[in-house]
This record gives sequence, structure tokens and C-alpha cells, in this order.
Amino acid sequence: MNTIARVFSYSVGRKLIMAATGLFLIIFLVEHLIGNFLLLKGDGGAAFIEYSASMVHNLLIRIVEILLFAAIVVHVIDGFALFLSGRQKRSQRYAVRNKSASWTSRNMIVTGTVILIFLVVHFYTFFVPYRVIGTDATIYDLVIEAFSNPYYTAFYVLAFLFLGLHLKHAFISSLQTLGLRHLKYDRLLQIIGTLYAVFVPAGYALIAIYIYLKTA
Amino acid sequence: MSKTINLTLKVWRQSGPNDKGGFETYSLQNVSTRMSFLEMLDVLNQQLIAEGKRPVEFEHDCREGICGACSLVINGRPHGPNYRTTTCQLHMRHFKDGETIYIEPFRADAFPVVKDLIVDRSAFDRIMAAGGYISVNTGSPQDANNIPVPKPKADKAFDAAECIGCGACVAACPNASAMLFVAAKVSHLSLLPQGEPERERRVRRMIEAMDAEGFGHCTNTGACSIECPKAIPQEFINRLNREFLRASFITEITDD
Ligand code: HEM
Ligand code: SF4
Ligand code: FES
Repeated sequence: MNTIARVFSYSVGRKLIMAATGLFLIIFLVEHLIGNFLLLKGDGGAAFIEYSASMVHNLLIRIVEILLFAAIVVHVIDGFALFLSGRQKRSQRYAVRNKSASWTSRNMIVTGTVILIFLVVHFYTFFVPYRVIGTDATIYDLVIEAFSNPYYTAFYVLAFLFLGLHLKHAFISSLQTLGLRHLKYDRLLQIIGTLYAVFVPAGYALIAIYIYLKTA
Repeated sequence: MSKTINLTLKVWRQSGPNDKGGFETYSLQNVSTRMSFLEMLDVLNQQLIAEGKRPVEFEHDCREGICGACSLVINGRPHGPNYRTTTCQLHMRHFKDGETIYIEPFRADAFPVVKDLIVDRSAFDRIMAAGGYISVNTGSPQDANNIPVPKPKADKAFDAAECIGCGACVAACPNASAMLFVAAKVSHLSLLPQGEPERERRVRRMIEAMDAEGFGHCTNTGACSIECPKAIPQEFINRLNREFLRASFITEITDD
């Protein structure tokens, strides 16, 4: 086997894929959040509409978008596959379960699945009408329509709570998988991870709540 | 002051590898809180022998926390509730009067049950045989200072070398992963000049052996470090991953 194929056949290599795709999504989430802040401008959505259009027409962004889809698909498939294979390594379960590790680290598959359900709904609300089927409504109209619904907004906020829980473990975990933690600045990395896991999901959720309150 | 407590024990009993196994409930009276956990089991076994029953099989050797032979998952925790403590060094003063204690074997398909609480941990030996060594010619000893080792690196290697190979990390892990054990062994040798010649092939072969033995992947939950009687830190898992990446993508000339 050549080196690359061999590396990714190991459990450790499989985790490299999880970490790399996860970190890519972590970076993407920042970019997406910055774009969403344009919704707060109070200009009837002009800036947000222009921003969305410029993204669609940018070749580089289109390529990154394909990578993004690929990253999500690979992360989800590898996530489920690793979870199932991990469970199979202990066919006789314990009568008393070990709870020493953090809840977030033990429940990545739970938080991940909630995010997956959210992603399906999210694509259905925005990506499908805007990019696949085509619609007369602007992307801003779609946003306003979605978040004027209290149930949609509540679901959205809840999904981001789960994203925060996923990220609380995911950030430092992905660095450890890639061997990027460092004794000399580990505390700093942990603080960045925690701040990210709190403020990025909170940013998305607050924008949604703001739009709901404004349209209600 | 010596105190005694009464206990209800739920002990996993399994007559052999192919037996289905199940919990038996035993009641044990007047257990001195000065006893170690294994001494408490010795007392239980005396009671069982007196009743004409088969005693509970469990492993132990040094009973001083250095050999890694003792095991047991006590109320869901490998080596019991105390931090940095092997089962043989755990004392009954940490349990309450009237408490019910669940005692299970280390569970992982890579550690099949031999009998009762004894599991076969030879998978660890095979991982060690795959690369957890250095090759040296025997002969007359070298001068002690022939190979300089910086003190901080020697200290760090020693921290990793504290691993006693007990397998509690596997028992604690939701994926029954052996990452902490392999991380300790790989880190120990890769930090030292003596480990340098086989550095790349060691990490690859030990990871290969770990997968082949049927241990799971590492989710970095950290349960292993919490339950490890030597508190081997997560830092070494980071180091193992780094060694693996280095051997796979950075070092160009390797011997396999
Ligand atoms: C935008 C969303 C997401 C981000 C930013 C993200 C990020 C991450 C990161 C960085 C890791 C750590 C990898 C490591 O431990 O090395 C991770 C792990 C994981 N993710 Fe996600 N993830 C996302 C969505 C999902 C989804 C939709 C699933 C669906 C199943 C999922 C399932 C998992 C699982 C199961 C793990 C643990 C893998 C393991 O160590 O066994 N994630 N995620
Ligand atoms: S790392 Fe700790 S728990 Fe694992 S085998 Fe070594 S001493 Fe035991
Ligand atoms: S019997 Fe040796 S470590 Fe417990």
C-alpha cells in the first residue's frame, strides 16, 4: 500500500480526517457568521442580498463550497462509522457506566446528529429555493419568512446550543488529533476553544432571535 | 481508629471464556476499613470457601501499585473511585457502611474474559512486541555518560514510562481504545536518543498492532487519563499523533 492510503487505513488516520474536516467547518462557521451580521444592518437586507450574490458569482467561493459539502458529507459518514465501530469494540456492556469524561466528549454523536438534522432543515429553507429550485423571493425575504416563525426560530436556537456543545469538545480534540496541542500554550488554546464554542453559536442564535423579535 | 462496615457486593461471575456470565450478590459483614479492596475480596473468598462455593477469581501480584496485574471496574470506574490509585492500593475506608458495590471485569473485546474478573491482556504484550522496544547489542555496559540526555526530556520520558500496562485506559474508554497505553510507550522511547533509530517504524507498527488487536479509535474523551492509576496525561496522546504524522509525512528516510 502506498503511504497515504496506509495512513488513512489506521484508526489514527481516520481521526485525522474527522479533525481536518471538522476544523475546516470551524473556520467556515466564522465566515458564515460574519456574513450573517449584515442582516442586522437595518437596510432592508440590501447589504446581505449583495453579499449573497457576490458569493454565488465568485469562482473561488464556488470551489470552496464544493469542498464544504464534501467536508460535511465525509465528516458525517466517518463520524457515524467511527461511532459504530467504537461501540463494537465492547460487545458486553458495563452494568455501571463510566461518567468520568465530560458529557460533551461522550456525546459527540448525539450533538452531531442534532446538527445534521439542523443542516437538512437549513438547506431546505435557504439553499434549495435560493440555489436549486429558484425563487422570486430574495435571500433576505427567505430569512425574514423563516425567522418570523417562532417554532423555526426556537429550533434554530436549540440547534446552535447543540453546536456549541459539539464544539466545546471538538475544538481542542481536533488539535489533539492533529498533534497541535502544545505544552507551552495549551491553556491559551483551551481558552480560545471555549470562547469559540460559546460566542460563535451564540452569535448565530442571537441574530435569529433579533430577527424574530423585529418581525413579530 | 479501626472501623467496620457492611457491604453488598454485586460480583461478575463467569466460569470460562464461553460462559455467558452474570452478577452474583454477596453480603459481607464487618469489613475493616483498614483493608485494601483486594483483602476485602480475600475475605469474601474465605467466606465462599467455607460455604463450599467457588471463590471469585481476580488478578493481582505486587499489591503495591507497581506491577499492573490488578484490574477490576468498581462501580463503573477502573481501579475504583480514587484518583491515581490501583485497585490493590484502594482501601475500604473510601466506601460507606451499607454500600452496594458493583465489581466487573475490564470490558473490551480485545481483553476477553478468562474467568470471573480475570481478563486476557496479552494483546498489550503483542503491541509491545510490535515496536515497544529498542534494539541494542548485549555485551559489556557502556559508560553511563556516553549518550547525553537533557534532563527535561529524561523527566518527560520518565513520566511516560510510569505506565504499568494495566489496561485501565482501555476499560475506561467508550471505544475501548488503547491510545493512552500506546501513547505512553511510544512517547517514552521517542523522547530518548536510544529510541531514535526505530522511531518511525515503532509508532507505525504499534498503531497497526493496536488496530489489529481490535482496540477502538481515540475520541479524546480523556476518561483514560482520569482512570489511569499513574495519571498518564492526554499530552502523550497529542505526542503520539504528532509522532505518527511525523513518521508518515515528514521523515523521508525510514526503515520500513
Ligand atoms: C458545522 C458543524 C460541525 C463542526 C464544526 C464539527 C466539528 C468537529 C470537530 C472539530 C471534531 C473533532 C475531531 C477530532 O476529535 O479530532 C468533531 C468530531 C465529531 N463530529 Fe463533528 N462537526 C460538525 C458537525 C457534525 C455532524 C453533522 C455530525 C454528524 C454525525 C458530527 C459528528 C461528529 C462525531 C461523531 C465526532 C467525534 C468523532 C470521534 O472522535 O469519534 N459532527 N466534529
Ligand atoms: S496508560 Fe495508565 S491506565 Fe493505561 S495501561 Fe498505562 S498505567 Fe494503565
Ligand atoms: S497488584 Fe500490582 S499494581 Fe495492583
